Amino acid sequence: MMGVCFFTRPSFAIDTYQNPENFLKEAFPNATPQAKILWITKTRGEVARRILGHNFGALRQRYWRNGERTVWILDEIGKMHPITTGILVEGGAIKRIRVLIYRESRGGEVRYPFFTEQFEGATLTKNLKLDRHIDGISGATLSVRALTHLAELALYLHGEAINTP
Amino acid sequence: MPQNLRPFPALTLGLAIALSPMTTALAQEPPSREEMWRTIQAQQKQLQALTKKLAKTTKKAETTEKKVEASEERIEATGAMVEQVREASNAQPGWWQKTQIGGYGELHYNGGDKEEIDFHRFVLFVGHDFTDSIRFFSELELEHSIAGDGKSGEIELEQAYIEIDFSEFHRTTLGLQMIPIGILNETHEPPTFFGVERNPIESNIVPSTWWEGGAKFSGELWEGISYDAMVHSGLETPTTGSSAFKIRNGRNKVSNASASDGAYTGRLRWTALPGVEFGVTGQYQSDLTQGVIDTSATLFEVHTDVRQGPWGLRALFARWDLRGIAPEAIGRDVQQGWYVEPSYRFQTQIGEVGVFTRFNEWDNNAGSNGDTQFQQIDFGFNYWPHEDVVLKLDFQVQDAPAGETEDDRVNLGLGFQF
Repeated sequence: MMGVCFFTRPSFAIDTYQNPENFLKEAFPNATPQAKILWITKTRGEVARRILGHNFGALRQRYWRNGERTVWILDEIGKMHPITTGILVEGGAIKRIRVLIYRESRGGEVRYPFFTEQFEGATLTKNLKLDRHIDGISGATLSVRALTHLAELALYLHGEAINTP
Repeated sequence: MPQNLRPFPALTLGLAIALSPMTTALAQEPPSREEMWRTIQAQQKQLQALTKKLAKTTKKAETTEKKVEASEERIEATGAMVEQVREASNAQPGWWQKTQIGGYGELHYNGGDKEEIDFHRFVLFVGHDFTDSIRFFSELELEHSIAGDGKSGEIELEQAYIEIDFSEFHRTTLGLQMIPIGILNETHEPPTFFGVERNPIESNIVPSTWWEGGAKFSGELWEGISYDAMVHSGLETPTTGSSAFKIRNGRNKVSNASASDGAYTGRLRWTALPGVEFGVTGQYQSDLTQGVIDTSATLFEVHTDVRQGPWGLRALFARWDLRGIAPEAIGRDVQQGWYVEPSYRFQTQIGEVGVFTRFNEWDNNAGSNGDTQFQQIDFGFNYWPHEDVVLKLDFQVQDAPAGETEDDRVNLGLGFQF
């Protein structure tokens, strides 16, 4: 325990690869719209549960919308810790996905564009799965799985949000 | 009757028929002023009744709108309250929010030259986050179901370390931990590999599962290129008997282990293409016998692990060089092996199925001139009803050197992770 005390942690937030505010600014270059709320009703909750493999856990989900474009900031556990992810959906397809905060000790390669580019253009099939296979990085299988589920969830919630007046 | 009137009746009849509706209408008398007044009055009454109804409906609609607004306010307040309660409980985290439990297990049936059923491993992971950058991780394993004197099982502490992030891309790991080498050594949960048993190269040459006590620095040098540098306890091989200088027999598992002669391991991994990994590891053991007979050794290992769509390919080569007259005398100064494993996976209605084959060659006496090499071919399949659960069936056909026992088997396995 004494040995541990010698390592003082710097004050900047480590493992935050992109600020959620910056992700929103990139998604809405003109001006970030005000956040809206999507209620996770019984049906939506059941579908979310099917996609994630566990309960969604929130009653309401915040999102940002401009026309056919929506942005979602979602969390999902990789091996043991949540991964905070920003997902931009437009016209029913993923336009951009970014790992914003990564807390696992392995598998951080999922934050690089060479990995997340695979999601661009992905749509949701009627089985609630992505329309393509995402090649996993060795040693990061659980992180890859978490991001895949979040992409599927964002596409589903996008569909629900667009149809809500 | 005058003659010029005779065609006239026919024409008159025709005209009469043609004009009869008009004549009927013309026959109806226009309504009298009294009738018109009565009609207007009746219509006036109807209009008044409709106007009243409209006023009522409009009022109803206004009331409903007010009620809906009030309901929405209540729902909004309820939603906000629920979230506040959740946030409050998260602000004072209970131990369960910073401590994680996981694990894996595998049950094996081996038939053929070995007839045995065995719950080979039951493993529990316990992890705890002290802060965002300091965490603890441990792995406790029970092998072969029952441990104790005279029992075939063992309880082992395979990992127990503190990990500290000291910058965005670099961290240090202190304690009991896996050696950064090979494909299976760090990732060996049953749903992650093909074949019931672990491959013979990553048992006999890279003695997986291989852990030591020590300190490791790891991190990322560039996008997709990571490193590990570790200083740790060394192996302690026997120096006499049939297992003299055999690598797998050198694992002390940090159990009252001799620490007179340590070792150093370095690894570079390239993962810049999704689904592709290349790794190369080098290790130096200062004395493989911990002071009995001075024997330094070096290990070189290189591997690739590829997954592209449904296709998979794993290949690994590892070689030990031991320096000393004693190992040279028995041909154990070189110990090496390699394997290649292509595979193919596809989705079905009831889960994922994968088929594989693997060709293995290894030799723990490669320094001798005789035929001391083992060969083994494995083939079989995995079925994943869920990503974390696997059923395995495979066949292994072994070609052993003269004097050694061949071990041909059919293996059935059940594995899971959580």
